[in-house]
Amino acid sequence: MTEKYEAVIGLEIHIQLNTLSKAYSSDSTEFGNLPNTNVSVISLGHPGTLPMANKKVIESAVKLGLACKCHITEFNGYARKNYFYADLPKGYQITQDKTPICTGGYITIKNKEGKEKRIHLTRIHMEEDAGKSIHDQDPFDTLIDLNRAGVPLLEMVSEPEIKSGEEAYQYVTEVRKLVRYLEICDGNMEEGSMRCDANISIMPKGSKVFGTKVEVKNMNSIRNVQRAIEYEIKRQAELLERGEKIKQETRSFDAVAGTTFSLRSKEGADDYRYFPEPDLQPVIVTDEYKQKIKSLLPPLPDELFKKYTEDYKLSSYDAGVLTESKEIALYFEELCKHCSNYKAAANWVMGDIKSFLNERALHINNFPLAPKVIASLIRLIEEGKVSHSAASQKIFPILIENPAKSPLEIAQENNLIQESNANSILPMIEEVIAKYPEKVEAYRAGKKGLLGLFVGEVMKLSKGKADPKMTNQLVREKLES
Amino acid sequence: MQVDDKLIDKLAHLSRLEFENEAKEEIKKDLNRILSFVEKLNELNTDNVEPLVYMTDEVNVLRDDEVKQTITQEEALKNAPKRDSDYFRVPRVVEKK
Repeated sequence: MTEKYEAVIGLEIHIQLNTLSKAYSSDSTEFGNLPNTNVSVISLGHPGTLPMANKKVIESAVKLGLACKCHITEFNGYARKNYFYADLPKGYQITQDKTPICTGGYITIKNKEGKEKRIHLTRIHMEEDAGKSIHDQDPFDTLIDLNRAGVPLLEMVSEPEIKSGEEAYQYVTEVRKLVRYLEICDGNMEEGSMRCDANISIMPKGSKVFGTKVEVKNMNSIRNVQRAIEYEIKRQAELLERGEKIKQETRSFDAVAGTTFSLRSKEGADDYRYFPEPDLQPVIVTDEYKQKIKSLLPPLPDELFKKYTEDYKLSSYDAGVLTESKEIALYFEELCKHCSNYKAAANWVMGDIKSFLNERALHINNFPLAPKVIASLIRLIEEGKVSHSAASQKIFPILIENPAKSPLEIAQENNLIQESNANSILPMIEEVIAKYPEKVEAYRAGKKGLLGLFVGEVMKLSKGKADPKMTNQLVREKLES
Repeated sequence: MQVDDKLIDKLAHLSRLEFENEAKEEIKKDLNRILSFVEKLNELNTDNVEPLVYMTDEVNVLRDDEVKQTITQEEALKNAPKRDSDYFRVPRVVEKK
């Protein structure tokens, strides 16, 4: 039934910035403190107090804007959005209305087949968070904690270009990756430092007229964003099929049931009476400032992905894994400075190093081996001095315990240097061939599968030190001569 | 612009105030008087005049991202009509479910 319709989805993401102090006052933003301790007369909304904007918020907004290829607004004014709620002490939120700091730009997503699609952005603007209302601790009162009141947020609004729950999943994943690369937000949706609202409507396939949109809130993980959207598309399609109308409303996602339920009707549209905030002077973002911020940007996941697939010729799967987190990507970058076998470097990072980190529940920043050391280990394999399995199973674990030693030292101490000298392997091959005359006959008669047996015997004689590749080749030459 | 009952109701709702009967008539009169007074400004041509928002020409009045603890929890809660040791207390905000 849902095949008859197409969905039109726009996402609003609130990105809580990881500044030390609040957006318009100097109180701490630290999470987990006693209620109502991270407050000041400004964040409490006391009369006669004046806000003052935090430099770091502007820097973070410009960083994100540049990373998304947005147009950065030169003249930035602030605005008041007026509404009454107990966790909003001033009775208005300081936000931006007519002059959002970023407009345009896009986030690139990749669908399952690896095809790229750009989701364009309407705007990114700076605003402040409200406090927290606690409804379930007392039967008569709502408890208010204002520690979060005034914590800086960036609100990122996408164009309604998202077509499915799957695309929304990709989009939020990319945004989270980006804010983590930029180190402006920890991207933790479960703890609410990144929050996502979805505007969802459906229309008959090919239609130009959007349906009535429903806003869905309270999706506290990326997977739940996808689930909520998929449920909502199905719910709306069923309503239309039954000949019913879609109500314009705000709904909440119930993660346990996997459904959405109505929070409030939006029929009497909210009247926020926006007007310019006269207590904050405008902020001018100059070209010079933009250039300065641009020079501070880290390598971005998109650029690295492109470099790995196009220049390093890695698969998009490999490039995806390597760019998932900035720290892994930076380690790989450093490794590639010392090692031009990119495929081998990628395999080490994604294989041995990642499984070691997973086993110990370690972060790459605590990985004991410098990229340079891994590069010299790869070189030992390339030069044929040690086999890949010796490097991976023997040298690597010893290295981790002895990070000051070189891979070569360890290989020598543990007698792992392999024979890649034909002159020392050939006598062993002669020995094996002499030992199994009838197998040699069988091989020469066409039983090529016996090659493995000969190679295995030579490896045994060499106590595993013969270079398997070279041994293979020499044995074949010998048998076929 | 005429201030009628509908507008009063809307403004009252937005400001969380209540006006009934006489009070409503009075506020209606007041608002109409204020509006007609302000309408005098329409006599001026303001076509090319930007609205005045800021009282000074200063821009980029910014502060470094530094934490300053200026008041205590007790001071923060001191003036609240209702509170406990940690929280402000307000009448229950009903959440429909």
